Amino acid sequence: MGHCWAQFVCLFVPSPPFQPSQGCLRQQEEFTSLEEKPQFPGASAEFIDRLEFIQPNVISGIPIYRVMDRQGQIINPSEDPQLPKEEVLKFYKSMTLLNTMDRILYESQRQGRISFYMTNYGEEGTHIGSAAALDDTDLVFGQYREAGVLMHRGYPLDLFMAQCYGNASDPGKGRQMPVHYGCKDLHFVTISSPLATQIPQAVGSAYAIKRENGNRIVICYFGEGAASEGDAHAGFNFAATLECPIIFFCRNNGYAISTPTSEQYRGDGIAARGPGYGIHSIRVDGNDVFAVYNATKEARRRAVAENQPFLIEAMTYRIGHHSTSDDSSAYRSVDEVNYWDKQDHPISRLRHYMAGRGWWDEEQEKIWRKKSRKRVMEAFEEAERKLKPNPLLMFSDVYSETPRHIQKQQESMERHLKQYGEHYPLGLYEK
Amino acid sequence: MAVVGAVLRRAAVSRPRLRFAGGAPPRRHAAHFTFQADPEPTQYGPTQKMNLFQSITSALDNALSRDPTAVIFGEDVSFGGVFRCTVGLRDKYGKDRVFNTPLCEQGIVGFGIGIAVTGATAIAEIQFADYIFPAFDQIVNEAAKYRYRSGDLFNCGSLTIRAPWGCVGHGALYHSQSPEAFFAHCPGLKIVVPRGPVEAKGLLLSCIEDKNPCIFFEPKILYRAAVENVPVEPYYIPLSQADVLQGGSDVTLVAWGTQVHVMKEVAVMAQEKLGVSCEVIDLKTILPWDTETVCKSVAKTGRLLISHEAPVTGGFAAEISSTVQEECFLNLEAPISRVCGYDTPFPHIFEPFYIPDKWKCYDALRKMINY
Repeated sequence: MGHCWAQFVCLFVPSPPFQPSQGCLRQQEEFTSLEEKPQFPGASAEFIDRLEFIQPNVISGIPIYRVMDRQGQIINPSEDPQLPKEEVLKFYKSMTLLNTMDRILYESQRQGRISFYMTNYGEEGTHIGSAAALDDTDLVFGQYREAGVLMHRGYPLDLFMAQCYGNASDPGKGRQMPVHYGCKDLHFVTISSPLATQIPQAVGSAYAIKRENGNRIVICYFGEGAASEGDAHAGFNFAATLECPIIFFCRNNGYAISTPTSEQYRGDGIAARGPGYGIHSIRVDGNDVFAVYNATKEARRRAVAENQPFLIEAMTYRIGHHSTSDDSSAYRSVDEVNYWDKQDHPISRLRHYMAGRGWWDEEQEKIWRKKSRKRVMEAFEEAERKLKPNPLLMFSDVYSETPRHIQKQQESMERHLKQYGEHYPLGLYEK
Repeated sequence: MAVVGAVLRRAAVSRPRLRFAGGAPPRRHAAHFTFQADPEPTQYGPTQKMNLFQSITSALDNALSRDPTAVIFGEDVSFGGVFRCTVGLRDKYGKDRVFNTPLCEQGIVGFGIGIAVTGATAIAEIQFADYIFPAFDQIVNEAAKYRYRSGDLFNCGSLTIRAPWGCVGHGALYHSQSPEAFFAHCPGLKIVVPRGPVEAKGLLLSCIEDKNPCIFFEPKILYRAAVENVPVEPYYIPLSQADVLQGGSDVTLVAWGTQVHVMKEVAVMAQEKLGVSCEVIDLKTILPWDTETVCKSVAKTGRLLISHEAPVTGGFAAEISSTVQEECFLNLEAPISRVCGYDTPFPHIFEPFYIPDKWKCYDALRKMINY
């Protein structure tokens, strides 16, 4: 928004009682030098006497940080986070449990048992690696493809299912579409559908947390498509100018529904935008859970200590369809998808790593698959059996209190149902 | 009239002097309203003469002083704001509590929501209500729906958005708008417009402490023009309660913001010229609005005229009119009359012809009385 308002302000404020220097946090240099040195307040730079446009570097972009190769071998021992066995096993189990839940809920949508679903195939490593590097009380803002963060924090399968079914156990009271999870106790802010809106919000939370001196940070996840929204620009810029302890975590999986990144941007991905905002930035291999972990761990350490934002772009590939309302074979090849599923997958890579250490074998894999499937199926069946919440819950929480006009509308619906109840699916809902 | 005149004269002085062949230079059109001060409130302790911008500062001062989590931010608020509403607050409370943001309205509101999500009090300023639209998505899809969609796990109830509002004589398309009706269609928000300094402080403090996201529109033409004795200590005027400013028996007049003062003049004109007794109501809160006070009045008078600066089609008068018609059908003796801005953008040089001034309101009232 440009405001050409100077003249108007003068009319209303004939003699503004302020000194110009008060308004500037960043002190300008004094005008004492007569040297041919730039004095512009907007940038700190030298003059140049040749005409030269700065070229974007997109052929050889920001390199992709990697800790282990596709066979699960540590490439540079000094970068090995050397996590204990129990923690690595937890990584693996969270990722595979999420994968199992994805498969079952995806199928349940195909059978019309839930209305909608979005899988996390191929991006499990970005969720678990980053979540593990955070403190449990760090506040998480997400987009919708970060269920692994909740999984890692121990969100019960029952509640994932309750949300997708909108049953009476759903803490969200069945109001939002499936996969719009939220958990106050696990510091995971409720997901909403409008893309990128959470980005400047996360910055505001980080600012408030900085004022609390609580040694916490905020992490904010978003896809590379969402990064095209105006709110992404707003969030990055506010975080830098207001010095907020936040990690921006971009999942660059190559597609925003059907739109390939070549139609999303022409710069060097998202990571290359960070420095333009004065934000420390890094690009990591999103299929390498240790690379994600290391980058998040260090970004967190510095964000807390220095009160400044960090940007992590995790390169990955969206193996599944965008959602259950999408058939991705309409815009990309099966071979492309198969490559990432079979040759370069975060789960199989971590399994190689664990096998290399003797921490995992075929037998354990078999047992765990069976067990995780059983757990998911039990939660699934229980969720399906439950009633939906009382329809009157439609009217609460619009405001903290229920205003008179909404009370009247609720009473009106109650009267209506008394007379016409047989035309509504009342049997499926709690009374 | 005297105070408004002073402002306009000062405005004229600050302009370059031009010579006019025809003799006297053309004068700006006089203000379309006469501000009428409220009686001095005595129940809240000592008062001070304050204009509207000073009473806003006083409310913000009280809020920051009582609530260590409260912060104020927006474009140019740090040096005191382009309308002087935040003068002195940065020096008194620190630059981490009163600070400038980058120039980006969607960022300001998103950022404010984020602060409120942690439970801290966020007071965001949008420089002109005209520039609130880039934040429409954050307000309508996010702020308004935060509590509902999360099942009350999260909320942004401690967010207040303040914005200068309404016509100002020469603000044209983008410094004159009254966008309250756009927001009135959005469950989850509260929308408040005060008519003067005493109202402004009490209502703003209520907005800041209310557990819901509030939009507080400040009639910018009153910033300097309106002066009242305002209590120095904090006090609260309840939201969703309209005020009957003047009792009457023949017709109900409803307005908010500056237009309340126009209505008061119309009531005097109606009494003098037509012998008609008007009941004048300041609605104050647009959402959720005080249906009962308005309907009770119309049930008594049998006639209703609603007036606002915003365009008529889809304006909030339509909501009031329709509700009153449903609730008071047997009492209504004439069609409900809406005197509003025309369905055009807000023009520059045509402003005197655009606004629903006292003559337009008076004429509509006269016809309604004769119905």
